[in-house]
Amino acid sequence: MLSGRFRARNENSRKVFLVTFLPPTIWLILFLLAPVLIIVVYSFSQKVGLINIEVNWVMDNYWRAADPLYLKIFAKSFYIAGITTFLCFIISFPVALAITKVRQNWKLIILVLLMLPFWINLLIRTYALIAVLRTRGFLNSGFEWIAVHLGLRFEPVQFLYNDTAIIIGLVYIHLPFMILPIYAGLEGFDETLKQAAKDLGSSSMQVYRHIVFPVIRPSVFAGCMLVFIPALGSYLTPELLGGTDGQLIANVIERQFKHANDWPFGAALSMVLIYLTCGVITVWLLVAKRKKS
Amino acid sequence: MEKVKLSLFGEFISAIKPSLRNPWLHISLLVTLLFLYTPIIVLIIFSFNDSRRNIVWKGFTLKYYKKMFSNEILVEAFLNSIVIALITTILSLMLGVLTAILLWRFQFPLKSLYQGMIMIPVIVPEICIGIAFLVFFNWIGWPPDLIWPLNLAKIIFAHSLFCFPFVAIVIRAKLVSLNRECEEAAKDLGANAWHVYRDIWFPHLKPSLIAGGLLAFTLSLDDFVITFFTSGPETITLPIKIYSMVRFSVTPEVNAASTVLIVVTILSVCTAIFLQKESLKKGSFE
Repeated sequence: MLSGRFRARNENSRKVFLVTFLPPTIWLILFLLAPVLIIVVYSFSQKVGLINIEVNWVMDNYWRAADPLYLKIFAKSFYIAGITTFLCFIISFPVALAITKVRQNWKLIILVLLMLPFWINLLIRTYALIAVLRTRGFLNSGFEWIAVHLGLRFEPVQFLYNDTAIIIGLVYIHLPFMILPIYAGLEGFDETLKQAAKDLGSSSMQVYRHIVFPVIRPSVFAGCMLVFIPALGSYLTPELLGGTDGQLIANVIERQFKHANDWPFGAALSMVLIYLTCGVITVWLLVAKRKKS
Repeated sequence: MEKVKLSLFGEFISAIKPSLRNPWLHISLLVTLLFLYTPIIVLIIFSFNDSRRNIVWKGFTLKYYKKMFSNEILVEAFLNSIVIALITTILSLMLGVLTAILLWRFQFPLKSLYQGMIMIPVIVPEICIGIAFLVFFNWIGWPPDLIWPLNLAKIIFAHSLFCFPFVAIVIRAKLVSLNRECEEAAKDLGANAWHVYRDIWFPHLKPSLIAGGLLAFTLSLDDFVITFFTSGPETITLPIKIYSMVRFSVTPEVNAASTVLIVVTILSVCTAIFLQKESLKKGSFE
């Protein structure tokens, strides 16, 4: 009797397993694994004529991606993503610290305010930034107003269409991703530890270096990843804010598909970008693990 | 002597520090919020500006909104975006709930690998997902000009792929606090599986279902990069249309269209946050 009921439940649970397992898995195979697999196949193919693609398992596209021209673009993407991450950290740390000191009822409002821009369309936020930064934009008008009142001659500053603009745009978009994890790390911090260190004669700097930072290090790492990874593969910000030579890797990939019509090479470049992203994540996980132990 | 002086100086600094440090921290917070919000607020304000020159305030007007709603392409783009977002929400909810139950209830080989795979669409750069879909639909020979709304299917498939992991995360977090004993008790009292789902699971998960659905809706409504590569020239969504307008120039029409999108987004996100908060509060009472 008991075993019969047990078997029935077992069968039932197998049914539930299949019902919950099959649809998401089929979806992932159809729309994730299959497309990525095709990209992998394409990256080993060659363009024949104008539109035909021949699958002949050559490494040519990857060798071409190793050309100094493209290596430089990869390096530049890393450099810009790195600077963005660093700036986000420098800005986020005091901001996160400030939030922990805000009164409780204001805290929630500020956190929601920091989260909201994340949901507002990326394109719209970039466009809003353009309206502020362009030569006839609000920032330049403000400068002009000040200059005129001081009796100075005014030349509009060219904020847009250079690498600085890309960095400003990326910081603007990714800042909440750094503030929120650091805040989460600081919020649980035991204030008495700080007090104890101070009583034992540490300076503020020492307290932060030896007591606060080690505790929030995982949150800082998490924030850095949340900024660095999307910044590395960002397409829209460099496209709209960068200059003619301000191409990052994602823009070069787009060009292969929409303009140069060299799909195999574009596929190879995006595989390299995926490998690099996974590589960065792996390194991060390893470092995080080592620090923990 | 030198040492004494230095330590005196240090004591002085640490004495005035509490009063010095706090204002600076708060100023940094204020400046950051200003940095984040000024462009957006300026954009919204100037969508009501009665001047094409988008920089000097000339008086209040709604004419760009009227213009927008009489612009057939813009209205079509907006409708497309809404339809895509709604169907994506339904699909993501179904897939997300199934995934959440799967990961919560069952142990199976390679489970952590499976969990990782679900997160791939969220981690991999958007552009790679976008071109993967471009190549995929091209390779299987997806018919280019289907009738509305079938021509939106490609975009819906792509959106569901990156939306359902978010739904799964939200639902799974809520499943943890599901009281399995309630389920056992209901079964002992003669409830069938359907009753258990309707009377125990659904009420418990309802806030998370709504929140997850709204997240999927917002993510789909906002997506530009993946849609840009997946959609053909015949299907336009609101972000795609705004993009082609932005490339052209900075105009009040773009401000108006953007404002509409911002308002829809903020409304749905605030509802989601509010519901999450309510359910958290209730959870703490139980």
